[in-house]
Amino acid sequence: MKILVPVKRVVDYNVKVRVKSDGTGVDIANVKMSMNPFDEIAVEEAVRLKEKGIATEVIAVSCGVTQCQETLRTAMAIGADRGILVETPADLDLQPLAVAKLLKALVDKEQPGLIILGKQAIDDDCNQTGQMLAALADLPQATFASKVEVVDGKAQVTREIDGGLEVLSLSMPAVITTDLRLNEPRYVTLPNIMKAKKKQLDNFKPEDLGVDVSPRITTLKVSEPPKRSAGIKVPDVATLVDKLKNTAKVI
Amino acid sequence: MASLVIAEHDNASIKGATLNTVTAAVACGGDVHVLVAGHNAGAAAQAAAQIAGVSKVIHADAEGLAHGLAENVATQVLAIAGNYTHILFPATAAGKNVAPRVAAKLDVAQLSDVTLVISADTFERPIYAGNAIATVQSKDAVKVLTVRTTGFDAAAATGGSANIETAAATADSGKSTFKGSEIAKNDRPELTAAKVIVSGGRALGSAEKFAEVITPLADKLGAAMGASRAAVDAGYAPNDWQVGQTGKIVAPQLYVACGISGAIQHLAGMKDSKVIVAINKDPEAPIFSVADYGLEADLFAAVPELVNAL
Repeated sequence: MKILVPVKRVVDYNVKVRVKSDGTGVDIANVKMSMNPFDEIAVEEAVRLKEKGIATEVIAVSCGVTQCQETLRTAMAIGADRGILVETPADLDLQPLAVAKLLKALVDKEQPGLIILGKQAIDDDCNQTGQMLAALADLPQATFASKVEVVDGKAQVTREIDGGLEVLSLSMPAVITTDLRLNEPRYVTLPNIMKAKKKQLDNFKPEDLGVDVSPRITTLKVSEPPKRSAGIKVPDVATLVDKLKNTAKVI
Repeated sequence: MASLVIAEHDNASIKGATLNTVTAAVACGGDVHVLVAGHNAGAAAQAAAQIAGVSKVIHADAEGLAHGLAENVATQVLAIAGNYTHILFPATAAGKNVAPRVAAKLDVAQLSDVTLVISADTFERPIYAGNAIATVQSKDAVKVLTVRTTGFDAAAATGGSANIETAAATADSGKSTFKGSEIAKNDRPELTAAKVIVSGGRALGSAEKFAEVITPLADKLGAAMGASRAAVDAGYAPNDWQVGQTGKIVAPQLYVACGISGAIQHLAGMKDSKVIVAINKDPEAPIFSVADYGLEADLFAAVPELVNAL
């Protein structure tokens, strides 16, 4: 069985982003970019399934600008066997529905047994692509996975839900999206980075896959969130209690 | 023009998040209908009919809908979607699971975690862990949204008198089955609905200390307990207590952060709280930049002292 793992190049999670003064977006010029943290977990899980002998091949996919190749090389350094880049113009606002359609075309082509995605990207915070792919490909889904097992040809997935956990059994092929506690991604080593450079990386355009990637949602404005007014430091517990009771009146 | 709200419920009662979603639906304009899809969910449908502002409840009952499986719920929503301009889900684990599936089948974009309805096609939503607010416009014929519950007041749970209409239940997809669940026992208010939240971080050091220090304060304040990701990952607290970008988004009247440094991912989950109190011994901790009242002290001394003082 093949596993397809979509990965996204995003602003590194440690970067505190700034809104552009003209309100057109977030300033990402000269900002450190990395693989979306949830996608690292997805790659790690796929590679572990391969190490257990359940998967035969792990294919990493990224959609976006040319530089997404770096993200794919990182996935290959973790252990993905090959990469596919669906290259789109730098000025295109690529949205989850379009990505899901591109991935659907690749699922038709590669026929993976599992598709493992991150639950959300930390830039647009959408949490949509996996579910949309599952819908378009008419596959079952298990989102927010914290444990994945393949038993008797079915994917048994523990999901994080509000209030606790639930376990689902899915017929395969299936779509799984990862939550933070699924695993701890390994560090990439220098020899593996070197090896990753030699792995196969195919390049497609959306037209090659017959997909219309034009955005459906227009961003009219991006602004700073309202600032909280500066608070005060209190010297001791008694003052804190007094402030909460008499000034803020919350207790 | 009418809106459809997909109720979150446990077959017996309606969950609070549904009430906030109804308020968002009212803001979109037009009639508001609520879909209660479940198994033996008559009581939930009755409760939905009482919500102020709801003009019709659609009740679909089948075994396949018992556990809210995304495949089956999405099919059920799609069966009636043709009548609506807006389809709204609460941005809970359940809503986020199903909404994109519905949107993709309708070939429309989905808007996640909407915090403000500006007009029928224009909305605000946070991006980059809440560090920026995007105003977005959808030109699609149907708007599929998930609603950030802390962005909208709850609709009154009583006072409405909607008709309940039964819809034919759609067939089970057969592609996924529910095997079981482990729901954490909790006598406290639900985290996302609590008026007061006491949250602990990595500084607590162990699950025992977490319980020993945080629980009495939460008891005293009648508060829900929360945790930072660091505390959850270290096993000090269950994962459904996590507050932050990847956990729950909360906006209580009072949020007490004990031993939490205040990484942006955590702040994204609680910075809309009315009053934030931080107790931390590190004067440089970023949590102090959003706290209304900061106490620079060792939490192992300060929290018990606070419990005594209350």
